[in-house]
Amino acid sequence: MKPAPFEYHAPDSIEQAVELYSQYSGEAKILAGGQSLVPAMNFRVVQPSVLVDLNRVGELSYIREDKDVLRIGSMSRERHLEFDPLIPKWAPLLAEAVHFIAHPQIRNRGTIGGSIVNADPAAELPVLMVALNARLKAKNKSGERWIGAPDFFAGMFTTALEFDEILVEIELPLSAPRTGWSFMEVAPRAGDYAMMGVAALVTVDEAGKCKGAKLVYLNAGEGPVEAKEAEKLLEGETLNDELIESAASKASQEEINPFGNIHASSEFQRHLANVLTKKALKQALQRAGEMS
Amino acid sequence: MTQTFPITVTVNEKDYRREVEPRMLLSDFLRHELGLTGTHVGCEHGVCGACTILIDGESARSCLMFAVQADGHNITTVEGLATDKDNLHPLQQAFWEAHGLQCGYCTPGILMTMIPFLKQNPDPSEDKIRHALSGNLCRCTGYQHIVDAVKLAAEKMK
Repeated sequence: MKPAPFEYHAPDSIEQAVELYSQYSGEAKILAGGQSLVPAMNFRVVQPSVLVDLNRVGELSYIREDKDVLRIGSMSRERHLEFDPLIPKWAPLLAEAVHFIAHPQIRNRGTIGGSIVNADPAAELPVLMVALNARLKAKNKSGERWIGAPDFFAGMFTTALEFDEILVEIELPLSAPRTGWSFMEVAPRAGDYAMMGVAALVTVDEAGKCKGAKLVYLNAGEGPVEAKEAEKLLEGETLNDELIESAASKASQEEINPFGNIHASSEFQRHLANVLTKKALKQALQRAGEMS
Repeated sequence: MTQTFPITVTVNEKDYRREVEPRMLLSDFLRHELGLTGTHVGCEHGVCGACTILIDGESARSCLMFAVQADGHNITTVEGLATDKDNLHPLQQAFWEAHGLQCGYCTPGILMTMIPFLKQNPDPSEDKIRHALSGNLCRCTGYQHIVDAVKLAAEKMK
């Protein structure tokens, strides 16, 4: 269980990192928190010939307000998300969900950008990025571009990044007024990969009618899975148990596509999705109501 | 030729200078280069928690870091807890008194996880303790005595 040899670079600026990463076009891997990459290297499932370590690039670690958005540097540790007071203020959904990411020992090293780019369908952060409608800034030698989270995740462990692009920033919009949130997942033990999980957002108008809803699932397909049809069932309606029941049923039976694994069959995953959707929608609705 | 890097790491308040290959894991560096074999290696893929150490005061899996990344950082291992064998850290003393270990393999990792946990949660509930222990696997026993030991440690450290 030792990694295969590799060439190591630890740049201390974004410019240097981008330069190095493009120089080794496609051969190099970025080392962020290393909490998924290093296990894979220890098993030699992954054998990059070059590693570009971003841990010395201090300018990639920040959480700051900028007018009507929150900007998060891609090398911000998950532990920083957990304790920074700006997170509950701007994205209470993220604040609630971050505790579900592995264990404190992992969150102390793991980074928001690393988890997003790893694009593990069972991970929390990709799902949260889609639910929160985040924009992701990619940078290479020729410049920068913004990618919306729903377009960023291109499949199992696959993203829209080009071979020479590095994710440098995450931009979260301020959520609409009267938006309630809920994140729920079921794992065999605290900190394990969840068998199923859902991020829910419900926005209500002044009369309490649903203006918009988001339902995004983890471990439910090749990437974060948004249940758009279920969301449509809720929009424009005054939510009641019956509507919530049909949205949960639509999402869990028709929209997600869980593969099943040693811990849970796909039928059981669908069952969990159904139960979690109902609970999460009710909690999000209640929280939205408390804000009006 | 194999690429090596000179690094300077502070471990338990002592500075060490060594040349390392980039692929050397921090856990192996501590054990093989520095002879600090108190940090145990279990799964080597970040699941068992046996190799947990403190880096700049925060707990982390030393099998998921390369030694070269520790250059310039401050590491604490289980050897850094007690001043000598007659003066154990109150957390170690509590594990002794409450029978918080059997074979002892998982113990250093649990201690290094509980140090920052108790600092941040000086009066933790049993539920919180169990949650905080979820990233450390013990294969000898149920976790009851470990939980008891952490409770006792919290009392001692007040």
